[in-house]
Amino acid sequence: MFFAAFIIILLSAGIIFALVSRSTEAFQEYGIIGFIANPEWDPRPATEEYGALSFIIGTIYTAFLALLFCFPFSLAVALFNGEYFKGKKISSVVRSVVDLLAGIPSIVYGLWGFYAVRPLIIDLGLNAQGFGILLSSVVLAIMIIPYASSLSTEFISMVPNNLKEGAYSLGATQIEMIRFISLPTASSGIVASYILALGRALGETMAVTMLIGNTDRIPKGLLDTGNTMASVIANQFGEADGIKLSSLIAIGLLLFIITALINLVAKLIMKRVARA
Amino acid sequence: MNISNSIRVRKRSNQLVYWMVCLFSFIAMIPLFLILWDVASKGYKNFNLSLFTEVTPSSMDALLANMNGDPIPGGILNGITGSILIVLLAILFSVPLGLFIGIYLSENRERKFAKAVSFLTDLLQGMPSIVIGIIAYAWAVKPLGGYSALAGSVALTIMMLPMIVRSTEETLKMLPHSYKEAGLALGSSYTNVVFRILLPSGFGGIFTGILLAISRVMGETAPLMLTALGASVVNWDVLEPTSAIPLLIWDFYNDPNLVDLVWSSSLLLLIVIFILNWIAKIVARKWKI
Repeated sequence: MFFAAFIIILLSAGIIFALVSRSTEAFQEYGIIGFIANPEWDPRPATEEYGALSFIIGTIYTAFLALLFCFPFSLAVALFNGEYFKGKKISSVVRSVVDLLAGIPSIVYGLWGFYAVRPLIIDLGLNAQGFGILLSSVVLAIMIIPYASSLSTEFISMVPNNLKEGAYSLGATQIEMIRFISLPTASSGIVASYILALGRALGETMAVTMLIGNTDRIPKGLLDTGNTMASVIANQFGEADGIKLSSLIAIGLLLFIITALINLVAKLIMKRVARA
Repeated sequence: MNISNSIRVRKRSNQLVYWMVCLFSFIAMIPLFLILWDVASKGYKNFNLSLFTEVTPSSMDALLANMNGDPIPGGILNGITGSILIVLLAILFSVPLGLFIGIYLSENRERKFAKAVSFLTDLLQGMPSIVIGIIAYAWAVKPLGGYSALAGSVALTIMMLPMIVRSTEETLKMLPHSYKEAGLALGSSYTNVVFRILLPSGFGGIFTGILLAISRVMGETAPLMLTALGASVVNWDVLEPTSAIPLLIWDFYNDPNLVDLVWSSSLLLLIVIFILNWIAKIVARKWKI
Protein backbone atom coordinates (compact mmCIF):
# COMPACT_ATOMS: atom_id res chain seq x y z
CA MET A 1 0.00 0.00 0.00
CA PHE A 2 2.87 2.30 0.79
CA PHE A 3 4.28 1.43 -2.59
CA ALA A 4 0.94 2.18 -4.26
CA ALA A 5 0.86 5.57 -2.60
CA PHE A 6 4.42 6.11 -3.73
CA ILE A 7 3.21 5.74 -7.31
CA ILE A 8 1.33 9.03 -6.98
CA ILE A 9 4.64 10.70 -6.16
CA LEU A 10 6.30 9.02 -9.13
CA LEU A 11 3.39 9.98 -11.34
CA SER A 12 3.58 13.64 -10.38
CA ALA A 13 7.33 13.71 -10.77
CA GLY A 14 7.00 12.02 -14.14
CA ILE A 15 4.39 14.52 -15.25
CA ILE A 16 6.53 17.50 -14.36
CA PHE A 17 9.60 15.87 -15.89
CA ALA A 18 7.76 15.06 -19.14
CA LEU A 19 6.38 18.58 -19.48
CA VAL A 20 9.59 20.35 -18.55
CA SER A 21 11.97 18.18 -20.57
CA ARG A 22 9.90 18.42 -23.71
CA SER A 23 9.35 22.15 -23.49
CA THR A 24 12.98 23.14 -22.85
CA GLU A 25 13.63 23.44 -26.57
CA ALA A 26 11.09 26.24 -26.89
CA PHE A 27 12.19 27.95 -23.69
CA GLN A 28 15.86 27.79 -24.72
CA GLU A 29 15.06 29.23 -28.12
CA TYR A 30 12.89 32.12 -26.96
CA GLY A 31 13.62 32.43 -23.24
CA ILE A 32 10.93 31.90 -20.62
CA ILE A 33 9.84 35.53 -20.48
CA GLY A 34 10.29 35.95 -24.21
CA PHE A 35 8.02 32.99 -24.86
CA ILE A 36 5.31 34.13 -22.46
CA ALA A 37 5.33 37.78 -23.52
CA ASN A 38 5.43 37.24 -27.27
CA PRO A 39 2.03 37.55 -28.98
CA GLU A 40 3.39 36.25 -32.30
CA TRP A 41 2.47 32.70 -33.38
CA ASP A 42 3.75 32.17 -36.88
CA PRO A 43 4.19 28.62 -38.19
CA ARG A 44 5.36 29.61 -41.69
CA PRO A 45 8.78 27.99 -42.16
CA ALA A 46 10.56 31.17 -43.29
CA THR A 47 9.47 33.38 -40.40
CA GLU A 48 8.77 30.65 -37.85
CA GLU A 49 8.24 32.16 -34.41
CA TYR A 50 6.22 31.07 -31.42
CA GLY A 51 4.91 32.94 -28.39
CA ALA A 52 2.16 32.17 -25.91
CA LEU A 53 0.79 35.60 -25.05
CA SER A 54 -2.23 35.65 -27.36
CA PHE A 55 -3.37 32.29 -26.01
CA ILE A 56 -2.80 33.27 -22.41
CA ILE A 57 -4.92 36.37 -22.95
CA GLY A 58 -7.56 34.36 -24.82
CA THR A 59 -7.71 31.86 -21.97
CA ILE A 60 -8.02 34.48 -19.26
CA TYR A 61 -10.58 36.38 -21.30
CA THR A 62 -12.91 33.42 -21.90
CA ALA A 63 -12.54 31.94 -18.43
CA PHE A 64 -13.29 35.16 -16.56
CA LEU A 65 -16.20 36.02 -18.83
CA ALA A 66 -17.60 32.54 -18.27
CA LEU A 67 -17.25 33.03 -14.54
CA LEU A 68 -19.07 36.35 -14.80
CA PHE A 69 -21.92 34.82 -16.81
CA CYS A 70 -22.30 31.83 -14.55
CA PHE A 71 -22.20 33.84 -11.32
CA PRO A 72 -25.89 34.92 -11.02
CA PHE A 73 -27.15 31.48 -11.96
CA SER A 74 -24.90 29.41 -9.77
CA LEU A 75 -25.41 31.74 -6.82
CA ALA A 76 -29.18 31.44 -7.33
CA VAL A 77 -28.93 27.66 -7.46
CA ALA A 78 -26.76 27.66 -4.34
CA LEU A 79 -29.27 29.82 -2.44
CA PHE A 80 -32.15 27.73 -3.76
CA ASN A 81 -30.60 24.48 -2.53
CA GLY A 82 -28.73 25.73 0.50
CA GLU A 83 -31.20 28.20 1.96
CA TYR A 84 -34.67 28.66 0.50
CA PHE A 85 -35.53 25.02 -0.21
CA LYS A 86 -32.92 23.32 1.94
CA GLY A 87 -33.81 19.66 2.48
CA LYS A 88 -36.99 19.90 0.44
CA LYS A 89 -37.77 17.53 -2.38
CA ILE A 90 -37.65 20.24 -5.07
CA SER A 91 -34.10 21.04 -4.02
CA SER A 92 -32.93 17.48 -4.72
CA VAL A 93 -34.57 17.70 -8.15
CA VAL A 94 -32.73 20.93 -8.98
CA ARG A 95 -29.53 19.45 -7.61
CA SER A 96 -29.78 16.33 -9.79
CA VAL A 97 -30.56 18.35 -12.90
CA VAL A 98 -27.59 20.65 -12.34
CA ASP A 99 -25.37 17.66 -11.55
CA LEU A 100 -26.35 16.07 -14.85
CA LEU A 101 -25.01 19.19 -16.58
CA ALA A 102 -21.61 18.19 -15.20
CA GLY A 103 -21.95 14.75 -16.77
CA ILE A 104 -22.39 15.95 -20.34
CA PRO A 105 -19.12 15.56 -22.23
CA SER A 106 -17.30 18.64 -23.42
CA ILE A 107 -17.62 17.64 -27.06
CA VAL A 108 -21.42 17.48 -26.85
CA TYR A 109 -21.42 20.98 -25.37
CA GLY A 110 -19.34 22.02 -28.34
CA LEU A 111 -21.82 20.52 -30.79
CA TRP A 112 -24.73 22.12 -29.05
CA GLY A 113 -22.96 25.47 -28.93
CA PHE A 114 -22.16 25.19 -32.62
CA TYR A 115 -25.63 24.16 -33.82
CA ALA A 116 -27.90 25.84 -31.26
CA VAL A 117 -26.16 28.84 -29.67
CA ARG A 118 -24.11 30.04 -32.63
CA PRO A 119 -27.17 30.73 -34.87
CA LEU A 120 -28.59 32.73 -31.98
CA ILE A 121 -25.55 34.99 -31.92
CA ILE A 122 -25.71 35.36 -35.71
CA ASP A 123 -29.44 36.17 -35.57
CA LEU A 124 -28.82 38.83 -32.98
CA GLY A 125 -26.52 40.41 -35.54
CA LEU A 126 -23.61 40.41 -33.12
CA ASN A 127 -21.21 38.59 -35.34
CA ALA A 128 -21.38 37.26 -38.89
CA GLN A 129 -19.83 33.87 -38.17
CA GLY A 130 -20.95 33.49 -34.60
CA PHE A 131 -17.59 32.08 -33.50
CA GLY A 132 -15.59 33.87 -30.90
CA ILE A 133 -14.93 34.74 -27.30
CA LEU A 134 -18.58 35.46 -26.53
CA LEU A 135 -19.91 32.16 -27.87
CA SER A 136 -17.31 30.07 -26.09
CA SER A 137 -17.68 31.85 -22.78
CA VAL A 138 -21.48 31.50 -22.82
CA VAL A 139 -21.17 27.75 -23.33
CA LEU A 140 -18.31 27.57 -20.81
CA ALA A 141 -20.51 29.37 -18.28
CA ILE A 142 -23.17 26.67 -18.60
CA MET A 143 -20.50 24.00 -18.22
CA ILE A 144 -19.14 25.38 -14.95
CA ILE A 145 -22.48 26.15 -13.26
CA PRO A 146 -22.56 22.72 -11.57
CA TYR A 147 -18.99 23.10 -10.26
CA ALA A 148 -19.57 26.57 -8.88
CA SER A 149 -22.99 25.85 -7.40
CA SER A 150 -22.52 22.46 -5.75
CA LEU A 151 -19.69 23.59 -3.48
CA SER A 152 -21.21 26.94 -2.62
CA THR A 153 -24.45 25.13 -1.73
CA GLU A 154 -22.47 23.15 0.85
CA PHE A 155 -21.03 26.27 2.38
CA ILE A 156 -24.32 28.17 2.45
CA SER A 157 -26.15 25.28 4.06
CA MET A 158 -23.37 24.97 6.67
CA VAL A 159 -24.12 28.41 8.14
CA PRO A 160 -25.07 27.70 11.78
CA ASN A 161 -28.75 27.95 12.62
CA ASN A 162 -28.24 29.99 15.77
CA LEU A 163 -26.72 32.83 13.75
CA LYS A 164 -29.69 32.83 11.42
CA GLU A 165 -32.15 32.67 14.31
CA GLY A 166 -30.37 35.58 15.91
CA ALA A 167 -30.95 37.67 12.81
CA TYR A 168 -34.59 36.66 12.53
CA SER A 169 -35.21 37.42 16.19
CA LEU A 170 -33.94 40.94 15.57
CA GLY A 171 -36.65 41.30 12.93
CA ALA A 172 -34.62 40.69 9.79
CA THR A 173 -36.39 39.49 6.68
CA GLN A 174 -35.01 36.43 4.95
CA ILE A 175 -33.10 38.44 2.36
CA GLU A 176 -31.61 40.65 5.07
CA MET A 177 -30.56 37.55 6.96
CA ILE A 178 -28.93 36.16 3.79
CA ARG A 179 -27.29 39.46 2.99
CA PHE A 180 -25.85 40.12 6.45
CA ILE A 181 -25.44 36.62 7.93
CA SER A 182 -25.40 33.76 5.42
CA LEU A 183 -23.33 35.29 2.64
CA PRO A 184 -20.67 36.88 4.85
CA THR A 185 -20.33 33.69 6.91
CA ALA A 186 -20.06 31.48 3.84
CA SER A 187 -18.14 34.02 1.78
CA SER A 188 -14.69 32.44 1.78
CA GLY A 189 -16.16 29.05 0.94
CA ILE A 190 -18.14 30.56 -1.91
CA VAL A 191 -15.05 32.34 -3.20
CA ALA A 192 -13.16 29.04 -3.09
CA SER A 193 -15.83 27.27 -5.10
CA TYR A 194 -15.74 29.98 -7.76
CA ILE A 195 -11.97 29.71 -7.92
CA LEU A 196 -12.30 25.97 -8.51
CA ALA A 197 -14.86 26.65 -11.23
CA LEU A 198 -12.41 29.10 -12.79
CA GLY A 199 -9.81 26.35 -12.82
CA ARG A 200 -12.25 24.17 -14.73
CA ALA A 201 -12.97 26.91 -17.24
CA LEU A 202 -9.27 27.57 -17.86
CA GLY A 203 -8.55 23.98 -18.80
CA GLU A 204 -11.68 23.22 -20.78
CA THR A 205 -10.69 22.06 -24.24
CA MET A 206 -13.08 20.57 -26.74
CA ALA A 207 -16.06 22.89 -26.44
CA VAL A 208 -13.82 25.94 -26.66
CA THR A 209 -11.88 24.51 -29.60
CA MET A 210 -15.13 24.08 -31.51
CA LEU A 211 -16.49 27.53 -30.72
CA ILE A 212 -13.74 30.09 -30.38
CA GLY A 213 -12.81 30.38 -34.04
CA ASN A 214 -9.16 29.39 -33.70
CA THR A 215 -7.18 32.41 -34.77
CA ASP A 216 -3.65 32.77 -33.48
CA ARG A 217 -3.70 36.34 -32.25
CA ILE A 218 -4.82 38.42 -29.31
CA PRO A 219 -8.62 38.75 -29.41
CA LYS A 220 -9.57 42.41 -29.85
CA GLY A 221 -12.91 42.23 -28.13
CA LEU A 222 -15.86 40.23 -26.99
CA LEU A 223 -16.93 39.33 -30.50
CA ASP A 224 -13.52 38.63 -31.93
CA THR A 225 -12.20 35.15 -32.54
CA GLY A 226 -9.18 33.83 -30.71
CA ASN A 227 -7.64 30.74 -29.22
CA THR A 228 -7.10 29.53 -25.68
CA MET A 229 -4.07 27.64 -24.44
CA ALA A 230 -6.03 24.40 -24.39
CA SER A 231 -7.65 24.90 -27.77
CA VAL A 232 -4.43 25.73 -29.59
CA ILE A 233 -2.89 22.51 -28.30
CA ALA A 234 -5.93 20.48 -29.34
CA ASN A 235 -5.95 22.10 -32.75
CA GLN A 236 -2.32 22.03 -33.76
CA PHE A 237 -0.74 19.19 -31.80
CA GLY A 238 -1.47 16.56 -34.44
CA GLU A 239 0.55 18.13 -37.22
CA ALA A 240 3.28 19.67 -35.09
CA ASP A 241 6.87 18.65 -34.74
CA GLY A 242 10.21 20.16 -33.78
CA ILE A 243 10.13 23.59 -32.19
CA LYS A 244 6.39 23.95 -32.75
CA LEU A 245 5.66 20.75 -30.84
CA SER A 246 7.96 21.92 -28.08
CA SER A 247 6.18 25.30 -27.99
CA LEU A 248 2.80 23.61 -27.71
CA ILE A 249 4.05 21.46 -24.85
CA ALA A 250 5.46 24.61 -23.24
CA ILE A 251 1.97 26.10 -23.41
CA GLY A 252 0.70 22.89 -21.78
CA LEU A 253 3.25 23.35 -19.01
CA LEU A 254 2.12 26.96 -18.44
CA LEU A 255 -1.51 25.85 -18.37
CA PHE A 256 -0.62 23.14 -15.88
CA ILE A 257 1.14 25.64 -13.62
CA ILE A 258 -1.75 28.12 -13.78
CA THR A 259 -4.44 25.55 -12.96
CA ALA A 260 -2.31 24.01 -10.23
CA LEU A 261 -1.84 27.42 -8.59
CA ILE A 262 -5.54 28.19 -8.83
CA ASN A 263 -6.51 24.86 -7.29
CA LEU A 264 -3.92 25.38 -4.58
CA VAL A 265 -5.39 28.76 -3.65
CA ALA A 266 -8.91 27.32 -3.52
CA LYS A 267 -7.75 24.40 -1.36
CA LEU A 268 -5.94 26.73 1.04
CA ILE A 269 -9.04 28.90 1.46
CA MET A 270 -11.20 25.84 2.06
CA LYS A 271 -8.77 24.45 4.59
CA ARG A 272 -8.92 27.72 6.50
CA VAL A 273 -12.72 27.64 6.41
CA ALA A 274 -12.77 24.06 7.66
CA ARG A 275 -10.53 24.95 10.59
CA ALA A 276 -12.58 27.96 11.63
CA MET B 1 -40.42 57.83 5.64
CA ASN B 2 -42.74 56.23 8.13
CA ILE B 3 -42.28 52.78 9.59
CA SER B 4 -45.05 50.92 7.81
CA ASN B 5 -43.72 52.17 4.50
CA SER B 6 -40.22 50.90 5.16
CA ILE B 7 -41.60 47.53 6.26
CA ARG B 8 -43.46 47.29 3.00
CA VAL B 9 -40.28 48.05 1.07
CA ARG B 10 -38.33 45.43 3.01
CA LYS B 11 -41.02 42.83 2.51
CA ARG B 12 -41.21 43.60 -1.14
CA SER B 13 -37.46 43.31 -1.66
CA ASN B 14 -37.58 40.04 0.25
CA GLN B 15 -40.23 38.73 -2.14
CA LEU B 16 -38.38 40.07 -5.14
CA VAL B 17 -35.14 38.27 -4.26
CA TYR B 18 -37.06 35.07 -3.53
CA TRP B 19 -38.57 35.08 -7.01
CA MET B 20 -35.28 36.08 -8.61
CA VAL B 21 -33.56 33.11 -7.00
CA CYS B 22 -36.32 30.78 -8.21
CA LEU B 23 -36.21 32.27 -11.70
CA PHE B 24 -32.44 32.11 -12.09
CA SER B 25 -32.31 28.57 -10.72
CA PHE B 26 -34.96 27.63 -13.22
CA ILE B 27 -33.02 29.25 -16.07
CA ALA B 28 -29.90 27.38 -14.98
CA MET B 29 -31.74 24.09 -15.51
CA ILE B 30 -32.98 24.90 -19.01
CA PRO B 31 -29.75 24.18 -20.96
CA LEU B 32 -29.78 20.54 -19.86
CA PHE B 33 -33.19 20.01 -21.40
CA LEU B 34 -32.30 21.98 -24.51
CA ILE B 35 -29.19 19.88 -25.03
CA LEU B 36 -31.01 16.60 -24.40
CA TRP B 37 -33.82 17.62 -26.72
CA ASP B 38 -31.45 18.76 -29.44
CA VAL B 39 -29.40 15.57 -29.34
CA ALA B 40 -32.40 13.25 -29.06
CA SER B 41 -34.52 14.89 -31.74
CA LYS B 42 -31.69 15.02 -34.27
CA GLY B 43 -30.08 11.74 -33.29
CA TYR B 44 -32.96 9.28 -33.33
CA LYS B 45 -33.09 9.20 -37.17
CA ASN B 46 -29.76 7.44 -37.51
CA PHE B 47 -30.11 5.59 -34.22
CA ASN B 48 -30.60 2.12 -35.66
CA LEU B 49 -29.04 -1.30 -35.66
CA SER B 50 -26.40 -0.45 -38.23
CA LEU B 51 -25.03 2.14 -35.80
CA PHE B 52 -23.90 -0.78 -33.63
CA THR B 53 -22.97 -3.32 -36.30
CA GLU B 54 -21.11 -1.39 -38.99
CA VAL B 55 -17.97 0.68 -39.05
CA THR B 56 -17.70 4.31 -40.07
CA PRO B 57 -18.44 4.91 -43.74
CA SER B 58 -15.89 6.67 -45.89
CA SER B 59 -16.55 10.30 -46.65
CA MET B 60 -17.17 9.35 -50.31
CA ASP B 61 -19.88 6.76 -49.55
CA ALA B 62 -21.63 9.24 -47.30
CA LEU B 63 -21.47 11.92 -49.99
CA LEU B 64 -23.09 9.58 -52.52
CA ALA B 65 -25.81 8.58 -50.07
CA ASN B 66 -26.45 12.23 -49.30
CA MET B 67 -26.76 13.05 -52.99
CA ASN B 68 -29.28 10.24 -53.51
CA GLY B 69 -31.18 11.31 -50.43
CA ASP B 70 -30.48 7.99 -48.68
CA PRO B 71 -29.54 7.75 -45.01
CA ILE B 72 -25.80 7.52 -44.48
CA PRO B 73 -24.65 3.90 -44.53
CA GLY B 74 -22.56 2.50 -41.74
CA GLY B 75 -22.31 3.05 -38.03
CA ILE B 76 -19.82 3.56 -35.27
CA LEU B 77 -18.90 -0.02 -34.37
CA ASN B 78 -15.22 0.89 -34.51
CA GLY B 79 -15.82 3.66 -31.98
CA ILE B 80 -17.88 1.48 -29.65
CA THR B 81 -15.31 -1.31 -29.56
CA GLY B 82 -12.51 1.23 -29.24
CA SER B 83 -14.18 2.98 -26.32
CA ILE B 84 -14.73 -0.38 -24.61
CA LEU B 85 -11.11 -1.41 -25.15
CA ILE B 86 -9.57 1.86 -23.99
CA VAL B 87 -11.86 2.32 -20.99
CA LEU B 88 -11.51 -1.33 -19.89
CA LEU B 89 -7.73 -1.02 -19.95
CA ALA B 90 -7.95 2.22 -17.97
CA ILE B 91 -10.21 0.50 -15.40
CA LEU B 92 -7.75 -2.36 -15.17
CA PHE B 93 -4.89 0.03 -14.39
CA SER B 94 -6.64 2.59 -12.22
CA VAL B 95 -9.06 0.63 -10.01
CA PRO B 96 -6.62 -1.66 -8.13
CA LEU B 97 -4.07 1.13 -7.80
CA GLY B 98 -6.70 3.66 -6.76
CA LEU B 99 -8.12 1.31 -4.12
CA PHE B 100 -4.71 0.68 -2.60
CA ILE B 101 -3.82 4.35 -2.48
CA GLY B 102 -7.24 5.24 -1.06
CA ILE B 103 -6.85 2.63 1.68
CA TYR B 104 -3.36 3.87 2.46
CA LEU B 105 -4.52 7.47 2.74
CA SER B 106 -7.45 6.68 5.01
CA GLU B 107 -5.35 4.39 7.24
CA ASN B 108 -2.41 6.76 7.63
CA ARG B 109 -4.15 10.10 7.89
CA GLU B 110 -1.63 11.78 10.16
CA ARG B 111 1.56 10.82 8.35
CA LYS B 112 3.44 13.54 6.52
CA PHE B 113 3.91 11.24 3.55
CA ALA B 114 0.16 10.57 3.31
CA LYS B 115 -0.50 14.30 3.40
CA ALA B 116 1.93 14.87 0.56
CA VAL B 117 0.27 12.11 -1.47
CA SER B 118 -3.13 13.55 -0.72
CA PHE B 119 -1.98 16.98 -1.88
CA LEU B 120 -0.63 15.56 -5.12
CA THR B 121 -3.88 13.69 -5.70
CA ASP B 122 -5.73 17.00 -5.54
CA LEU B 123 -3.25 18.45 -7.98
CA LEU B 124 -3.75 15.58 -10.42
CA GLN B 125 -7.51 15.90 -10.12
CA GLY B 126 -7.44 19.53 -11.18
CA MET B 127 -5.21 18.93 -14.18
CA PRO B 128 -6.78 19.92 -17.53
CA SER B 129 -7.52 16.95 -19.75
CA ILE B 130 -5.46 18.32 -22.63
CA VAL B 131 -2.36 18.43 -20.41
CA ILE B 132 -3.01 14.80 -19.49
CA GLY B 133 -3.10 14.11 -23.21
CA ILE B 134 0.33 15.68 -23.67
CA ILE B 135 1.74 13.60 -20.82
CA ALA B 136 0.35 10.35 -22.18
CA TYR B 137 1.78 11.36 -25.53
CA ALA B 138 5.21 11.88 -24.00
CA TRP B 139 5.04 8.66 -21.97
CA ALA B 140 3.32 6.23 -24.26
CA VAL B 141 3.13 7.51 -27.83
CA LYS B 142 6.76 8.50 -28.28
CA PRO B 143 8.38 5.45 -26.58
CA LEU B 144 6.01 2.95 -28.24
CA GLY B 145 6.63 4.52 -31.60
CA GLY B 146 3.10 5.51 -32.49
CA TYR B 147 -0.47 6.25 -31.48
CA SER B 148 -2.19 3.38 -29.70
CA ALA B 149 -5.13 2.29 -27.58
CA LEU B 150 -2.66 1.68 -24.78
CA ALA B 151 -1.55 5.32 -24.85
CA GLY B 152 -5.20 6.38 -24.74
CA SER B 153 -5.81 4.22 -21.70
CA VAL B 154 -2.73 5.67 -20.00
CA ALA B 155 -4.30 9.12 -20.41
CA LEU B 156 -7.65 7.94 -19.04
CA THR B 157 -5.89 6.17 -16.17
CA ILE B 158 -4.25 9.43 -15.10
CA MET B 159 -7.72 11.02 -15.12
CA MET B 160 -9.49 8.22 -13.24
CA LEU B 161 -6.87 7.52 -10.61
CA PRO B 162 -7.33 10.63 -8.45
CA MET B 163 -11.13 10.33 -8.59
CA ILE B 164 -11.02 6.71 -7.39
CA VAL B 165 -8.43 7.49 -4.71
CA ARG B 166 -10.57 10.33 -3.36
CA SER B 167 -13.86 8.41 -3.31
CA THR B 168 -12.23 5.35 -1.69
CA GLU B 169 -10.53 7.50 0.92
CA GLU B 170 -13.68 9.50 1.73
CA THR B 171 -15.81 6.36 2.01
CA LEU B 172 -13.38 4.53 4.27
CA LYS B 173 -13.01 7.58 6.48
CA MET B 174 -16.74 7.50 7.15
CA LEU B 175 -16.71 3.92 8.43
CA PRO B 176 -17.02 3.70 12.22
CA HIS B 177 -13.82 2.84 14.08
CA SER B 178 -15.62 0.01 15.86
CA TYR B 179 -15.65 -2.08 12.66
CA LYS B 180 -11.90 -2.24 12.57
CA GLU B 181 -11.55 -2.66 16.32
CA ALA B 182 -14.07 -5.53 16.37
CA GLY B 183 -12.21 -7.31 13.57
CA LEU B 184 -8.85 -6.89 15.26
CA ALA B 185 -10.27 -7.93 18.64
CA LEU B 186 -11.45 -11.19 17.12
CA GLY B 187 -7.85 -11.95 16.22
CA SER B 188 -8.10 -11.20 12.55
CA SER B 189 -4.94 -10.01 10.83
CA TYR B 190 -4.70 -6.40 9.68
CA THR B 191 -4.77 -7.35 5.99
CA ASN B 192 -7.83 -9.45 6.65
CA VAL B 193 -9.58 -6.58 8.39
CA VAL B 194 -8.87 -4.25 5.50
CA PHE B 195 -9.95 -6.63 2.75
CA ARG B 196 -12.71 -8.59 4.46
CA ILE B 197 -14.30 -5.89 6.62
CA LEU B 198 -13.41 -2.34 5.56
CA LEU B 199 -13.61 -2.77 1.78
CA PRO B 200 -16.92 -4.72 1.76
CA SER B 201 -18.51 -2.27 4.22
CA GLY B 202 -17.49 0.64 2.06
CA PHE B 203 -18.47 -1.12 -1.16
CA GLY B 204 -21.32 1.26 -2.02
CA GLY B 205 -19.30 4.44 -1.87
CA ILE B 206 -16.26 2.95 -3.54
CA PHE B 207 -18.25 1.41 -6.38
CA THR B 208 -20.17 4.65 -6.92
CA GLY B 209 -16.87 6.49 -7.18
CA ILE B 210 -15.59 4.04 -9.77
CA LEU B 211 -18.77 4.29 -11.85
CA LEU B 212 -18.67 8.08 -11.79
CA ALA B 213 -15.02 8.04 -12.81
CA ILE B 214 -15.86 5.76 -15.74
CA SER B 215 -18.72 7.98 -16.85
CA ARG B 216 -16.42 10.98 -16.64
CA VAL B 217 -13.71 9.54 -18.90
CA MET B 218 -16.18 7.92 -21.29
CA GLY B 219 -16.80 11.27 -23.00
CA GLU B 220 -13.22 12.53 -22.93
CA THR B 221 -12.03 13.60 -26.35
CA ALA B 222 -9.01 15.85 -26.04
CA PRO B 223 -6.59 13.39 -24.40
CA LEU B 224 -7.56 10.65 -26.87
CA MET B 225 -6.87 12.93 -29.83
CA LEU B 226 -3.24 13.10 -28.77
CA THR B 227 -2.93 9.41 -27.91
CA ALA B 228 -5.37 6.94 -29.51
CA LEU B 229 -5.76 9.07 -32.65
CA GLY B 230 -8.63 7.07 -34.20
CA ALA B 231 -9.08 4.35 -36.81
CA SER B 232 -11.73 3.51 -39.35
CA VAL B 233 -11.72 -0.24 -38.63
CA VAL B 234 -12.50 -2.30 -35.57
CA ASN B 235 -9.26 -2.80 -33.71
CA TRP B 236 -8.57 -4.93 -30.64
CA ASP B 237 -4.77 -4.60 -30.75
CA VAL B 238 -3.71 -2.38 -27.88
CA LEU B 239 -0.64 -1.18 -29.77
CA GLU B 240 -2.54 0.07 -32.80
CA PRO B 241 -4.36 3.39 -33.25
CA THR B 242 -7.94 2.97 -32.09
CA SER B 243 -11.07 5.01 -32.36
CA ALA B 244 -13.56 5.88 -29.62
CA ILE B 245 -17.06 7.30 -29.67
CA PRO B 246 -16.01 10.86 -28.73
CA LEU B 247 -13.21 10.76 -31.29
CA LEU B 248 -15.73 9.78 -33.98
CA ILE B 249 -18.01 12.63 -32.94
CA TRP B 250 -15.07 14.95 -33.50
CA ASP B 251 -14.39 13.40 -36.93
CA PHE B 252 -18.04 13.65 -37.95
CA TYR B 253 -18.17 17.25 -36.79
CA ASN B 254 -15.24 18.09 -39.06
CA ASP B 255 -16.57 16.23 -42.10
CA PRO B 256 -19.64 17.85 -43.68
CA ASN B 257 -20.63 14.59 -45.41
CA LEU B 258 -20.81 12.64 -42.18
CA VAL B 259 -22.49 15.26 -40.08
CA ASP B 260 -25.74 13.27 -39.81
CA LEU B 261 -23.95 10.66 -37.74
CA VAL B 262 -22.81 13.23 -35.22
CA TRP B 263 -26.13 13.33 -33.41
CA SER B 264 -26.78 9.61 -33.20
CA SER B 265 -23.30 9.02 -31.80
CA SER B 266 -23.75 11.84 -29.29
CA LEU B 267 -27.10 10.35 -28.32
CA LEU B 268 -25.49 6.97 -27.70
CA LEU B 269 -22.70 8.58 -25.69
CA LEU B 270 -25.16 10.54 -23.54
CA ILE B 271 -27.29 7.43 -22.94
CA VAL B 272 -24.26 5.44 -21.79
CA ILE B 273 -23.10 8.24 -19.50
CA PHE B 274 -26.51 8.81 -17.96
CA ILE B 275 -27.06 5.08 -17.38
CA LEU B 276 -23.71 4.93 -15.57
CA ASN B 277 -24.69 7.95 -13.48
CA TRP B 278 -28.05 6.42 -12.73
CA ILE B 279 -26.58 3.08 -11.63
CA ALA B 280 -24.11 5.01 -9.48
CA LYS B 281 -26.98 6.80 -7.78
CA ILE B 282 -28.85 3.55 -7.11
CA VAL B 283 -25.74 1.88 -5.74
CA ALA B 284 -25.05 4.87 -3.52
CA ARG B 285 -28.58 4.78 -2.14
CA LYS B 286 -28.73 1.01 -1.67
CA TRP B 287 -25.40 0.51 0.06
CA LYS B 288 -25.49 3.61 2.17
CA ILE B 289 -23.27 3.36 5.23
